Amino acid sequence: MFQLLPDTTAQTLTVIVNGETVTVPHGFTAAAAMLLCGESATRTTALSGEGRAPYCMMGVCFECLMEINGEPNQQGCLVTVAEGMHINRQQGKREVRE
Amino acid sequence: MSPAFDLAIVGAGPAGMAAACTAAGLGLSVAVLDEQPEPGGQIYRGVERLAATRPKQLEWLGPDYAAGLELTRAFRKTRVEYFDGAQVWQVEGASEARLFYKRRGAVGILTAKKFLIAPGAMERPMPVPGWTLPGVMTCGSVQTMLKANGLAPKGRFILAGCGPLLLLLAAQLVRAGIKPAAILETQINRWAALPRLPGFLAAPGYLGKGLGLLRELKTAGIPYHKGVTRLAIKGDSQAREIEYTCGGTTRTEPLDLALLHQGVVPNGNLAWSMRLEHEWDDVQRTFRPVLDAWGRSSNAAVLIAGDAGGIIGAKGAEAMGRIAAFAAAADTGKISSGDANARANNARSVLAQHSGARPFLDALYRPQQQWVAPPDDDTMVCRCEEVRAGEIRRLVTEQQCPGPNQMKSFVRCGMGACQGRLCGLTTVEIIAECRGLPVKDIGYYRIRSPIKPITVGDLATLDVPKREEAVGL
Repeated sequence: MFQLLPDTTAQTLTVIVNGETVTVPHGFTAAAAMLLCGESATRTTALSGEGRAPYCMMGVCFECLMEINGEPNQQGCLVTVAEGMHINRQQGKREVRE
Repeated sequence: MSPAFDLAIVGAGPAGMAAACTAAGLGLSVAVLDEQPEPGGQIYRGVERLAATRPKQLEWLGPDYAAGLELTRAFRKTRVEYFDGAQVWQVEGASEARLFYKRRGAVGILTAKKFLIAPGAMERPMPVPGWTLPGVMTCGSVQTMLKANGLAPKGRFILAGCGPLLLLLAAQLVRAGIKPAAILETQINRWAALPRLPGFLAAPGYLGKGLGLLRELKTAGIPYHKGVTRLAIKGDSQAREIEYTCGGTTRTEPLDLALLHQGVVPNGNLAWSMRLEHEWDDVQRTFRPVLDAWGRSSNAAVLIAGDAGGIIGAKGAEAMGRIAAFAAAADTGKISSGDANARANNARSVLAQHSGARPFLDALYRPQQQWVAPPDDDTMVCRCEEVRAGEIRRLVTEQQCPGPNQMKSFVRCGMGACQGRLCGLTTVEIIAECRGLPVKDIGYYRIRSPIKPITVGDLATLDVPKREEAVGL
């Protein structure tokens, strides 16, 4: 669904999106990494369980909630990637942890 | 305890950056808090990084975007406390402002004599059947990805809706060699806009830019269907096709990605949460805060600048930011009110030039009823709590649910993670339609803090003043 435009001199780093290792430019957001990987639904809703994906990419819609480095309910479009970051789909609502 | 800053600003777009530069230049101590990792707002999103690492893309995005470099660089050189990646979740204000924010996993409090709200605009929700499917995004989201990430659509994609941003995005993608399969333009209001044309023609560069974009799209041979009256996106778990009605005929186009747009509206939750007085703008079909010529709101400690005060565009927002900074300087005693008045002249004339273009654009792209109050009962309105248009209509007509706040009690409409940002205007338009009342009589959601989600764990990091200190607050 998305492609990286050519002509970039940005340095790259490696993140792990749903278990797959992906190389992305510095300054990328977690939600953009998910979209670059061709992910369709990046979460399922807490109520009906239907699939959703990033919608506004500017922090207002909360559709891009994902699990980042084990922490659920993160707005993926507001998180800048870092080397080795684990970015995962979120299934339903976050779980209560002890 | 006296406030830590003379002026606290939320938002580092054109309005916030210009206000920060101007205020700091007049000797005010300034704090700027912004949600994004770099300054620029959405309009100048990532412009410094893009200029350094993807200069060719600067040409595709165009001179209005590249113009953001100058202001962003000036902002970087100015002595302000800049809190990037900071989400402000509560602001209390009377004689001074207390901002509660979350940044890098911890919560902080900041105090200031004056508080400037400059969070800009967001795209108007465009609820059509299937708009919650993966593969449906906004035009603004794709433009943001172009700027921030150098990411562009792949496969067959279609832009649907109307407004300057839709045409600009299409042209920017064409310049990058990425052609939309079609543009489906919803009905625009040429006749209503015509009497407002002189102001538009007098505004600097607007006509040339508009015609230039249309020419680029025509030269590129992008199929451009005008006068679309109905849209529906279809697919099982992913958008596969778009159905559209145009001139009484319904057609279907296959697609991988649908990009919706129906103009922009003030990003209002912060202003609403402070109970600032608002008014309904029936041409822009949105509420906006009531402001004086300086950007002062109904709260003496609070000013608003830029699109958050009513859509004005980047250059107008920058001018408003400067005007608000002069007001803040006068109100905090750094300059006299006469001095503020004289210094604001330049920004005022810039603002007047850009304001002149708005009545025409607003009238031309005023959204029609079916885009703000979806007629199809099955259309999702509240994406978070999964409340559909038919349910809202049923509750108003059968259960006498009178307004948006009662709608929360009935079905949690507007109470999900986005806190009504993506359903507020739709909900009040549907209720108004059902009750046969103007939207101004229906009102809006009562927005409460925290306006950004925080966890109890976040709250526990708050350095709470001791009881005896707190009594003095």
